[in-house]
Amino acid sequence: MAAEILSQLVVLVLAIALGFELISRVPTLLHTPLMSATNAIHGIVVVGALVIVLTAEDTLTKVLGLVAVFFGAVNVVGGFIVTNRMLEMFRGGSRRKRG
Amino acid sequence: MALSTGTTLVYLFAAALFIFGIRLLRSPQTARAGNLVAAVGMFVAFVVTFFEFPAEALTLVLIAVVVGLGSAVGGVIAVRVPMTSMPQFVAAFNGVGGGAAALIGFSEFYEIQLAGGDENLVILLFIFFSILVGGLSFAGSVIAFVKLEELAFGGSVTFPGQKVVNAGLFVLAIALMVTVLAGGPVPVLFAGILLALALLLGVLLVIPIGGADMPIVISLLNAFTGVAAAASGMALGNTVLIIAGALVGASGTILTYLMSNALGRPLSKILFGAVAAAGTGAAAGDGEEKPVTSGGADDVAATLAYDADSVIFIPGYGLAVAQAQGAIADLMRTLEAQGKDVKFAIHPVAGRMPGHMNVLLAEADVPAEKMFDLEDINDQFAETDAVVIVGANDVVNPTAREDGDNPIAGMPILNADHAKRVVIVKRSLSPGFAGIDNPLFYDQDKTMMLFSDAKQGLEGVTQSVKNQG
Repeated sequence: MAAEILSQLVVLVLAIALGFELISRVPTLLHTPLMSATNAIHGIVVVGALVIVLTAEDTLTKVLGLVAVFFGAVNVVGGFIVTNRMLEMFRGGSRRKRG
Repeated sequence: MALSTGTTLVYLFAAALFIFGIRLLRSPQTARAGNLVAAVGMFVAFVVTFFEFPAEALTLVLIAVVVGLGSAVGGVIAVRVPMTSMPQFVAAFNGVGGGAAALIGFSEFYEIQLAGGDENLVILLFIFFSILVGGLSFAGSVIAFVKLEELAFGGSVTFPGQKVVNAGLFVLAIALMVTVLAGGPVPVLFAGILLALALLLGVLLVIPIGGADMPIVISLLNAFTGVAAAASGMALGNTVLIIAGALVGASGTILTYLMSNALGRPLSKILFGAVAAAGTGAAAGDGEEKPVTSGGADDVAATLAYDADSVIFIPGYGLAVAQAQGAIADLMRTLEAQGKDVKFAIHPVAGRMPGHMNVLLAEADVPAEKMFDLEDINDQFAETDAVVIVGANDVVNPTAREDGDNPIAGMPILNADHAKRVVIVKRSLSPGFAGIDNPLFYDQDKTMMLFSDAKQGLEGVTQSVKNQG
């Protein structure tokens, strides 16, 4: 058990370090889309919520888990679509000019 | 709970897709593909979870219904929301994510108590962390949304002893955690109280923050939700949650730091300085009325039509609020039709978030080649005939170049004052977010003020340029 937690901690620390490295040099133009995209990625909580519902031993946790699944789904779907809309505008800019 | 080898590998693949997706998001050409790659990663991680934890049909149906509902709500909002109100909806999506993390933490804690309450202290600590940070992020995002939609809590809401109350609540939260970890009584009730405290803290932390600092707060709350997701991943022993949450926590922190730096507002000042800031703001107007040169749309149009071959636009917060991106694009096309060279200078924090102005202008069909970052255009102002500043203030305030303890000292600004003529479209002489006067307004030889709403002002100028041209 302790070994498992230890390896989780290793993963956590490495992922944090990678997150810092990954972002540092990004053009300002992309800051808002990037914030929006990472906002969608933390929608990964939907997977955690699923685990809660799928393994629930009690009705209360199942209900709370389902609420969390709902929240997570809103986060994921809304987040990715809004990011896509923003980025579509950059691409379309000059080409869409006169339909 | 240990995951099967297959699931672990698929989770690892999903995490790799997130990392690769964020990497692609660093360049405008590949950004859209990056977003898609990350979305695929999400889908893969979601689907494989069902194979790892088989469940009865009823549960699966319930999940399908809830996922369908959530996707519909998120999807419809995302498709319909106008780009100008995008910041508050990013806040909303962020808030529900934080709420989910808090619920995961609480549920997992409840299950552990049902099973006898035997759990590793480290795991319990991460559970509390996901409840506290997730709850805080949820409530804080709700308040940010309410403020940006201008439903309530306009401006900075403060009350005496606010900091003491916040600190007290925080200490109380820590005390609760310690009590439970030490094997105190009624742990589930305590965890519930912890969640309530987290919500209250989220509200109290965000209500004193003014609308101008809201993007920084949203970015910070985005990082918080990432941290909460990673903590809930630690609690569940789920690697994909740990990696994705940590990536967002780290990147959100960097983004927040970049933004607050560009605004010249250290984070500690934003979060804890609301009361002090209100004080200096009131003292800023030094009472005396200084003369300015003001003109109407026709005067501005004459300047642009006859005295200027090169024009740089500086759009700011006021343009975003007035939704004048279409009006400024029209003026650009009108001036270009007369053979003038038109560019846009975009300050890192123009609009409500970094890059927000680029999004708005792109929506109005301004080509990306015409939008220039601060470093790329600042040397060109000296050779420019006219600068048109729309709804911006602090980002062109020459005071920032001076040393001393004015609130924006050292903040990078656009060198609008180096141009030959300056036109400022603004509703009044009121100071910007930083609460200080802008000497550029009072340079009567160079500057012409057009007191107007950004949209009406620009439309008037465009019409007038057309008439004169």
